Amino acid sequence: MRFVKFFIDSVKEVIKGSPLYYAWMAFLLIIMAFAARSYIFQLDNGLIVTNMRDQVSWGLYIANFTFMVGVAAAAVLLVIPAYIYHFQAIKEIVILGELLAFSAIVMCLGFITVDLGRPDRFWHIIPGLGILNFPISMLSWDVVVLNGYLILNTLIPIYLIYKGYVNEEPNKKLYLPFVLLSIPWAVSIHTVTAFLYNPLPARPFWNAAILAPRFLASAFCSGPALIILIFQIIRKVSNTKVQDVALFKIAEIMAYAMFFNLFLFGAELFKEYYSGTVHLAPMEYLMQGLHGHNALVPWIWTAIFLNVTAFILFILLRNVRSVKIMNIGCVLIITGVWIEKGMGFIVPGFIPDTLGEIYEYMPSSTEVMVSLGVLALGFFVYTMFAKVAIAVNNGTLKYQKD
Amino acid sequence: MKKDKKISFIRRKFLKTFTVAAAAAFAPLAKANSAVKDFDFDDFVQKNFKEMTPQEVERMLKRLEKKYKEKYGKDFIVKATPPMENVEFGYALNLSKCIGCRRCVYACVKENNLSRKPHQIHYIRVMRFKNGPIDLEKSEHYYEAEQVPEKGYFYVPIQCQHCRKAPCVKACPVRATWTEKDGIVVVDYNWCIACRYCMAACPYKGRNFNWAEPQIPVEELNTNTHYLGNRPRMKNVVEKCTFCIQRSREGRYPACVEICPVGARKFGNLLDPNSEVRRIIETKRIFRLKEDLNTDPKFFYFFHS
Amino acid sequence: MSQKTKLVFLILLFVLFYKNTFATKEYPVPYPPLTPGIFPCMNCHEGLDRNKKKRVLKEMHQDIKIENHGDRWCYDCHDERNMDRLKLANGEHIKFEESYKLCGQCHGNILNDWKKGIHGKRTGSWNGEKQYLLCVHCHNPHNPPFKSIKPEPAPIRPGATLLKPKIDMNEKKSH
Repeated sequence: MRFVKFFIDSVKEVIKGSPLYYAWMAFLLIIMAFAARSYIFQLDNGLIVTNMRDQVSWGLYIANFTFMVGVAAAAVLLVIPAYIYHFQAIKEIVILGELLAFSAIVMCLGFITVDLGRPDRFWHIIPGLGILNFPISMLSWDVVVLNGYLILNTLIPIYLIYKGYVNEEPNKKLYLPFVLLSIPWAVSIHTVTAFLYNPLPARPFWNAAILAPRFLASAFCSGPALIILIFQIIRKVSNTKVQDVALFKIAEIMAYAMFFNLFLFGAELFKEYYSGTVHLAPMEYLMQGLHGHNALVPWIWTAIFLNVTAFILFILLRNVRSVKIMNIGCVLIITGVWIEKGMGFIVPGFIPDTLGEIYEYMPSSTEVMVSLGVLALGFFVYTMFAKVAIAVNNGTLKYQKD
Repeated sequence: MKKDKKISFIRRKFLKTFTVAAAAAFAPLAKANSAVKDFDFDDFVQKNFKEMTPQEVERMLKRLEKKYKEKYGKDFIVKATPPMENVEFGYALNLSKCIGCRRCVYACVKENNLSRKPHQIHYIRVMRFKNGPIDLEKSEHYYEAEQVPEKGYFYVPIQCQHCRKAPCVKACPVRATWTEKDGIVVVDYNWCIACRYCMAACPYKGRNFNWAEPQIPVEELNTNTHYLGNRPRMKNVVEKCTFCIQRSREGRYPACVEICPVGARKFGNLLDPNSEVRRIIETKRIFRLKEDLNTDPKFFYFFHS
Repeated sequence: MSQKTKLVFLILLFVLFYKNTFATKEYPVPYPPLTPGIFPCMNCHEGLDRNKKKRVLKEMHQDIKIENHGDRWCYDCHDERNMDRLKLANGEHIKFEESYKLCGQCHGNILNDWKKGIHGKRTGSWNGEKQYLLCVHCHNPHNPPFKSIKPEPAPIRPGATLLKPKIDMNEKKSH
């Protein structure tokens, strides 16, 4: 029954907080309320309220989903130094990273749900109840690995936090295997997500083996960027110790990942432009515009500029240990990778469409609002869990026998 | 102490106001929402068509006929005619003959209860090319003309190719789309979760989506329907050409074949050596679109001269 | 009537109808699209001379102009010995219901395709009885190429879809 008390105490912990905490949660709730309203509008009228059509059948929702899977996978960049290399500074904060992975997966599932035309039929995908077309459909693999990762990143942190709550040493033999499992699992969730797009011969823009490495590279620079920023906020609003050396270590890994990301993107550019086949069309649409249509051109060039600048800043960080430069670099990377992996990847896959038609897609206001709502949900969930984790770590939340 | 009390008071007030406001804002929205209004419990718990027993199929068909009668005020027949033995449907289209008149497009619209404007769905899309190579990027889908055929152009109509190695069938995470024994690739509209992965996977734009509630004028409804074919669909599901499954499984030609004024369209059983389609494949120079993708379509194009 | 008479009568009836309804056993075609009243031709041509000089007709049939069919004229296809028949190159005469044999002399490949069901409009059953049409049901023999027709409207572009239709066809009309 200690666990029940833990649950009750956690709920109590989440409900009370500083005015800043209330303001933040209220802000998120308001966004979620507006988003819920937009989502109800979408359910009522159908997906026509988005700007997706037969020609471009996936849009902002799936773009955000792809980005968030990357963020979730990036938690592994904390797990490896903490549990394999026993880097103490990161070991102190790894739980917060795992909780971020959990929130990111919640957002992924949220984006998938709002993208589905018939969310009431979600039970069709549950094996046993419905039919899961495993292993033939790549989406079925995604269902399996994402939910598995969600379970891993729910159970492990809850176990560790609970043990901290009751002031007992967590049993290494119990949780360490799962932690070690989460490392290849993190790589697999993003590989499987890449494999969603990869094997479609109908979409030559995606039909490249380079996709999985590209996804992992961009994930390993955008996810940790979020972690760095969020951890500094946590450091400020609570008295959790987050050492600068931990953040700089993460930044170092990010620099390598960003180099690899730029290199792979360059390789893609070279292959398409030099071969010059009809399959160049989506890349040309993205980079230069095609037959007068160039809506995405400013987006991709902004992304490239942001990514390259961030890369240079992170190289500078080796000599100048400036938190400010690091933060600027993080913001640039998150924006740049979101564009390059989201809008700059999903949408050109459909332009020109399989019959050569060009339909330029830009998200509608409903899509933007609902996406913001899912984002807010993710932050809301993370704030709640992080608050409990921090309180337990501080000792302010602990088990007291009545 | 005082500050704590103040915070606690703010907290209680906030939670109360927020919950009441949210309920007030959302309750009427939720009630009026068509997703709630049109919710049908039997539809919700229905199994995948392939897993139903014959009795369950019978009951389901009766239930659908009743539902359509209520919705449209007309008597519907919803069949679940099984595939015939030793049949694999094939289609051949003579590009020397097609004049781009689009009679096939609209015959299909009427026969298969397709949604009209503004949420228009066409299973068949006629592409116009300048005389020369078939370069899809240079095709024109929205051509309007006073008279067809226009000089210097040729026309290629395209619809679902009913591939033997259909990428859409591979992609579906819930097996809502599959290839029947007679070669028709079908969709179970009551099982589709509308993830649209199949639409991303199709190389021929063979699949369409009901982005909104279909608009069909009641007086033009075709009430002779098949469960996997032309029965009226609902919003947010994928649909596609089914080789007029309600006709072809009873020996009739699809509507597009029958309406073509120049006889460009041919349809039949690929396993019958005497069928027109087999004869065309054996005697004409046929080709298929995007052959390099290895989807093995059963839709063949040819030029007769 | 005795049994024998009945039998003879039935046989006669059968032969009469059979010969008139079906041109041949193999290719059941509907009746050729002759202008009403124009057949039988011998009603007028019985007493007329046969002028075999190639010319433009002035007194009758001026509306028939032979275009887009090479350098043909009337008696290339019509049988001057019996105007109710058409004639093949070897002199043999055929009925109007068998005119595909005449067209097939020059358009042999198309005749082959037509016999296999590859050429021509297709209605009927793919696994049973198919309707065959005569060449002349679609092609005017005096001016064979198809006339151009007005195409049906183009599909609407994807961005142009309205959210709410002007008249919602799903709205139930109140009685």
